[in-house]
Amino acid sequence: MSSQTPETIRTSFIAGLIHMFPMLIGMVPFGLLIGAMGKQAGLETWEIMLMNGAVFAGASQFIALDMWQSPLPGFTIIATTLMVNLRHVLMGAAAAPYVKKMPTAPRTVFLFAMADENWAMYMRRAISHKSLSVAYVMGLTVPFYLNWQLWSYLGTQLGGLIENPESLGFDYVFTVVFLLLVFGFWKTDRRLSPIITSACTALIVQYLLPGTWYIFIGALAGIAAAALSYKKDENHER
Amino acid sequence: MVIVGMAAVTVLTRFTGYWILGNYRLSARTQSILEAVPVSVLTAIIAPMVLATGPAETLAAVVTLLAAWRLPTLVAIICGVVSVVVLRGLI
Repeated sequence: MSSQTPETIRTSFIAGLIHMFPMLIGMVPFGLLIGAMGKQAGLETWEIMLMNGAVFAGASQFIALDMWQSPLPGFTIIATTLMVNLRHVLMGAAAAPYVKKMPTAPRTVFLFAMADENWAMYMRRAISHKSLSVAYVMGLTVPFYLNWQLWSYLGTQLGGLIENPESLGFDYVFTVVFLLLVFGFWKTDRRLSPIITSACTALIVQYLLPGTWYIFIGALAGIAAAALSYKKDENHER
Repeated sequence: MVIVGMAAVTVLTRFTGYWILGNYRLSARTQSILEAVPVSVLTAIIAPMVLATGPAETLAAVVTLLAAWRLPTLVAIICGVVSVVVLRGLI
């Protein structure tokens, strides 16, 4: 970490914000939609905002609201949320060696608001050994968190403005950014086996199992492939 | 109550990975395996969209990667999203 003048802090924060910018735009229709869906499901505005603020995990929120009816299947919703968000355990473990160098307060903020998007940008920076200042991490995280709150609140007020984010390609923003991140990670370490294994496993699991198990199981398979191929690399070196 | 439960399990998933590994010194092997987590998670998330949704999504992914080969990231993102909108309209 370099010297922390107000100037460098601001520059790093803005650098983080710029890296997240396409996804901040991509989130707009989904935020509006989750607010409107919450209202349609019969939740009060404060309940929707509590969910946005405390759960802050878009996919699991959409799935939960989809199941929101009376009598409320509370246990099923909570269990499904856990299943959908299980990948965070892997993500937190991967970030742990870098996150533990951060002071407690920003570390807690980052982990509390850790989602696919800001975590992926964080890991890209961490693995390529570029400077990972607290201001940069907050630039990735804070606008991203507040952006979700803003648009979902507007969604509760404006109602069904957006029916179908797919129609304008907003859903594909995340696909494109994640694809480019995968490409970037591959350029750094040239390991193809985790990518191929994860993709094939995800496709098979998505076909066989309901819900989003394909993410967690696909990711585990990719990590297993990395573990197996590491042994081979060692043998080559000997 | 259900919202609080959802929040509790989600926060738990976010902190568990760090709690498990945060206090250990990791071997080079573990470190190397952990560095494969991002590609593994991100690939699993996008694989169905890129490979099993339709020709428009798959072709737009190819366009994105070709654009990223020579152009800045932001331009590649725009190329990818514009091409999926156009291809979805055409196909």
